[in-house]
Amino acid sequence: MIQVNAMGDTCPIPVIKTKQAIKSMTGADTVEVLVDNEIAVQNLTKMAKQKQYECRAEKISDDEYHVYITVGENEQAAAPQESIAAQEEVSCIPDGRKKNKVVVLRSGKMGEGSDELGTALMKNFIYALTELDELPGTILLYNGGAALSCEGSDSLEDLKLLEAQGVEIMTCGACLNYYGLTEKLAVGSVTNMYSIVETMAAADSIICP
Amino acid sequence: MEEKIEFCRGGGCTAKLGPGVLERVLSRLPKGKKDENLLIGFDSHDDAAVYKISEDTAIVQTLDFFPPMVEDPYTFGKIAAANALSDIYAMGGEVRTALNIVCFPEKMDLNVLGEIMRGGQEKVNEAGGTLAGGHSIADDSVKYGLSVTGTVHPDHILPNDGCEEGDILILTKPLGVGIIATANRVGEVSKEAMKQAEESMMTLNKYAAEIARNYEVHGCTDITGFGFLGHLHEMMHGEYSCRIFASSVPYIEEAYGCAEEFLLTAAGQRNRNYVEAYVDFGGISFPMEEILLDPQTSGGLLISVAASEADALLEELSSLSLPCAMVGEVIQKQEKEILVQQ
Repeated sequence: MIQVNAMGDTCPIPVIKTKQAIKSMTGADTVEVLVDNEIAVQNLTKMAKQKQYECRAEKISDDEYHVYITVGENEQAAAPQESIAAQEEVSCIPDGRKKNKVVVLRSGKMGEGSDELGTALMKNFIYALTELDELPGTILLYNGGAALSCEGSDSLEDLKLLEAQGVEIMTCGACLNYYGLTEKLAVGSVTNMYSIVETMAAADSIICP
Repeated sequence: MEEKIEFCRGGGCTAKLGPGVLERVLSRLPKGKKDENLLIGFDSHDDAAVYKISEDTAIVQTLDFFPPMVEDPYTFGKIAAANALSDIYAMGGEVRTALNIVCFPEKMDLNVLGEIMRGGQEKVNEAGGTLAGGHSIADDSVKYGLSVTGTVHPDHILPNDGCEEGDILILTKPLGVGIIATANRVGEVSKEAMKQAEESMMTLNKYAAEIARNYEVHGCTDITGFGFLGHLHEMMHGEYSCRIFASSVPYIEEAYGCAEEFLLTAAGQRNRNYVEAYVDFGGISFPMEEILLDPQTSGGLLISVAASEADALLEELSSLSLPCAMVGEVIQKQEKEILVQQ
C-alpha cells in the first residue's frame, strides 16, 4: 500500500498527489490518501469513480479522513501512456526512483506532546535519515522546520552529510524571512511555495515525521 | 520575489463560502423592519441591493472582494474590479461611484499594492464611474475588491428571477476560468489558455449589458462563484425549469482536458453538492458536468430574453470580443429544474 499525505492541501493537490502515486504503481495496489476535509474526500471519490477504481473512505475525526483507492492489474495497464514513459525513464537512471521520495520537515519537533521530547525526536529522526539505504531525493523545510537548516541547529551536521550524498535540502524563503533567519541558513538552498508545491506534487511518497 | 510567490494562493470566486453554508446562516438571521423602498434585498438571492430614492431613481449597491487568483498584481486588480462592477450591470444599472476594499500584509512590497489599485482604478474609469475612496486593513494575505454604487430606473431593474416561460437563455462569456486558473497554479495549462481566461475575467460586463438594455430582457444575473448551474438554479427560483444545450455552452477549450485530469476546485465540488439534486445531467460527459459547475470569477451575464428577440440580441452581442451563445430555454416547471442535454 502506498500512503499519500495530503493533510493541509487544498484541492486539487490531493487528487494530483494521488494520481502521481497511482502512476508510480508497478502492479495492482492500494493508495491510502490522508486528507483533512470532506470536500477533498468527495473530489477523490469522484476521480476514482470516473476511472472505475475501487474506493472507500473512512472518517477518523472532523479534520482527518482516509481514502483508500484500489487499482487493479488491468486498470493499471490501462493507465495513461505517460506513466509507461516515466517508468522507462526510471529504469535508465539507477537512482531515479529515490528522487521522488520527499521528506517534509514542517516543525522543529517530531509529533505532538512534550516540546523537549519532540525536539530530541526530530534530531534522532534526521540522524536516522542519514542511515537509510535509499536516501530521499529532497528534504523540504518550512515554518518551524526552517530553523533546522540554520546556524545553531543540532541537525546541521546530519543535513550537511545528506547534502553531500546528493540529497537536495530546500528551506522555505518566506519562513526564513519571517523568523529573521535569512542570513543564518547554513545548509542547502532557499526555495519558494511554487517549488514546494511542485516537489510535493511530483513526489511518489512524502515522509512527514 | 517572495511577495510574488505568496501573492497567489488560489483565490477569486473559488474562495467564496459554499452556497449551502451561507443559506443556513442567512435563513436564521432575525428579520429587520421592512422598508418598502428596498426593492431588492437578501430575500431574492440577487446580485445587488436596490433601493428606491425617488420615482425615477433607485440606487444599486454591491461589494465584492477576494484573494488573488493570478500572479500579476495589476491583472488581479483589473479582474477584482471587473468582478465587483459586474453586479451593477447584472441589475441593469449604471456605475456611479466605487470604494476600494484592501487587505494587505504590512511587510509586503507596497509596489504590489500600487499595481493592484492601478488595475482597479483603470476598470472603474472604463466603467464610467468615480473611485471615491476606500478602506484598507493590514492582514496576513492579500485581498482586494470594490464596494460599488450604481443607479437604475426603478422600472428598468433586471432581477435575476424575472424569467418567463419560453425565454431564451444567453450566456455572454465562456465558462471554465476557475478550472483554468486552478490548473495554471499547478503548471498544467498552456499560457494561451491562461491568457484567454484572464482576458475574459478582465472584460467588463458593461458592453453586454448596454446591448441587452435595448431588448426585452426579463431576467439577468452574472455567473460567479456558484457556477453556471448554481446561478441558473437561482434564476429558476423554484418557479420554472429550463433545458440547457450543453454543446452550445461556450467554454475555454483547455478547461475540458483539465477537468478530465481532475484539476478541480473544492468550490466546484461544493457547487455540485448544492445544485445536483435539481439537475438532470442527461448523460453529458463528466468534464462537461464539471465545466457547468465551475466557479467563475468575473463571469459573464446570463440573460433571459423573450424568444422573439433572442436572435437579434445574440447577433449584436456577437460583435463583442468574447464568445457568447444561446445556451438554453425556459420551460414550464418540471420535476427536475435544470434539464441538460447534449
